[in-house]
Amino acid sequence: MTTATAIMEAVRLVKRYPTGHGILHAVDDVSLAIQPGESVGLVGESGCGKSTLVRLLGRLIEPSDGAIVFEGQDIAPVPLRRFVHDKARGRIQVVFQDPTESLNPSLSVFDAVADPIRRLGKAADRKTLASQVRDAIELVGLPPEMEARLPHQLSGGQRARVGIARAIALRPALLILDEPTSALDVSVQAVILRLLADLRSQLGMSYLFVSHDLNVVRLLCSRIIVMYLGRVVEEGPTEALFRQPRHPYTRALLASIPDPARRGQTPWRLEGSASSPIDPSPNVCRFYGRCPRQEARCAETMPELRPMDAAGLHRAACHFAEEIAP
Amino acid sequence: MSAALLTVEDLVLDFRTRSGMVHVLDGISLSLGRGEILGVVGESGSGKSVLAYAMMGLLDPAAQIPRGGIRFAGRDMLTESERSLAETRGREIAMIFQSPRTALNPIRRIGAQVQDVLLRHANISKKEARRRAIEALARVRIPDPERRFDAYPFELSGGLCQRVMIAMAMACDPYLLIADEPTTGLDVTTQAVVMDLIREQVRSANASVVLITHDLALAGEYCDRIAVMHAGHIVEIGTTETLLSTPRHPYTTRLIGATPGGHARIEDLASIPGSLPDLRRDLPPCRFIERCDRRLERCAVEKLPSVNLGPDHRVRCWNPL
Repeated sequence: MTTATAIMEAVRLVKRYPTGHGILHAVDDVSLAIQPGESVGLVGESGCGKSTLVRLLGRLIEPSDGAIVFEGQDIAPVPLRRFVHDKARGRIQVVFQDPTESLNPSLSVFDAVADPIRRLGKAADRKTLASQVRDAIELVGLPPEMEARLPHQLSGGQRARVGIARAIALRPALLILDEPTSALDVSVQAVILRLLADLRSQLGMSYLFVSHDLNVVRLLCSRIIVMYLGRVVEEGPTEALFRQPRHPYTRALLASIPDPARRGQTPWRLEGSASSPIDPSPNVCRFYGRCPRQEARCAETMPELRPMDAAGLHRAACHFAEEIAP
Repeated sequence: MSAALLTVEDLVLDFRTRSGMVHVLDGISLSLGRGEILGVVGESGSGKSVLAYAMMGLLDPAAQIPRGGIRFAGRDMLTESERSLAETRGREIAMIFQSPRTALNPIRRIGAQVQDVLLRHANISKKEARRRAIEALARVRIPDPERRFDAYPFELSGGLCQRVMIAMAMACDPYLLIADEPTTGLDVTTQAVVMDLIREQVRSANASVVLITHDLALAGEYCDRIAVMHAGHIVEIGTTETLLSTPRHPYTTRLIGATPGGHARIEDLASIPGSLPDLRRDLPPCRFIERCDRRLERCAVEKLPSVNLGPDHRVRCWNPL
């Protein structure tokens, strides 16, 4: 999808890693666009490349090929060492998975939140800095007296809030959230998810929300991207994708969401594990070998993403995507 | 239930720590029938894992049980000698642990680890044990079990490691399987396969399961009955249908509302105010009182009742919904 208005656009993005056995294709020819104010979900199993994609888009690692157009500027060729001082650095922020692991244990809440402002912001003096930190802490609903606390003095939910405060301190345009609630209990998760929804409408940010929990993605995102073995296999508006998944992998994913209404039933399950991401054949569908449908054609031509509706919003990469599931 | 395989009766369990007594479990009562799958659902710190370990007789020496009992197949698990418990564990009660990668010995071949269980409990030759270990691996549908017998845990995916754990647990046909968060850390597609497998294995062996999980939806899909735990209390227990369709304890209601799935909008997601009480303190009779919007004056002073709402539906609350 190419649109001039997208805040973030990845064009044929590739990340390869050389290994002892061959080239590992972590992210293989991925194109996507995120519109201003949009909340996009990214799902897929572990090892499918979603975390690598997150790091590429957050410019934490160097892409092997392709373009990353952010607010009209291709940031892919900017070397990492220069990018840390780039103004775009502050406009794209990442909230990491485990709030316990991703906070420096010796930095107080104040210093953790102040760190990105000191490095990238233009806080003129100490007073401005303090007020910016206070704003961010207030936005995530932490009481001001928490400023002096160290991470070990906080609960899991409070740490998650600090991780978010740190990311929004610079008022980014794009917030990348990598499984932000997976380490939290449901009661805390519910609170954090609502906070994230509030912040987005309040600050007008775009979200790229990575999660393994499709029910969470459904609540928070208007569009979903499904990855499998380094490639996007399906993308579309959330409700269309839930109502009519086109790729067999998406169908398996949806059928695996725990659901009390399915008690006692055993629907078709996706067995086995993905094939190797090392030197995969460019002609074979990546889902070949695990797919219930696989035919000769699937081993001869790799299916490309094709539009499934008139508007071209719902797209899937399967030769048989037009066939409706039984 | 007279035919119960396992009964826990008014169990109270404290841990002695440097900062005083921690009142981990309080007045836990439940029973489990043969062939039944019981879900124990709660957030971290609710005491669900300690309950599982108590059922296995695997408690830390710092644990004290001033009151209550656990009976398994007619035996008192709390007074049984360590030697007889060691016979029971693995053969009659088996456990599947949370993270298969750490529960398996990283430097021993997986086949040998399954074989160990058989050699320990079934009076058979090494050759016979090997044959049965391969059979056990095949039963959990590990592809090419003869070759995989010699694999090390690091050579297998998380899902395959969990299958090895299930094979080990089911190797001696136990009556009771305790599964402590068996799918945490697995992908949802793998989770579904592993849960189907656990259900299939116990159904064919007519074994019972205690499934410890934080995921109410998962328990809802696989369990016959569910017990909801909060701060060391079973606040509500009932058949899955009843508990999910007509929850009566305020905590159960909130927990259902906070579990994503079936909500139209994010605003509909319920939140549970506050956090678990500090179990080291002197606690009020109801441990949910601080977080509850239905509390009455008596909740702070009178001993919690156990209210029977139906033949198989019990709630510990003075003011149930």
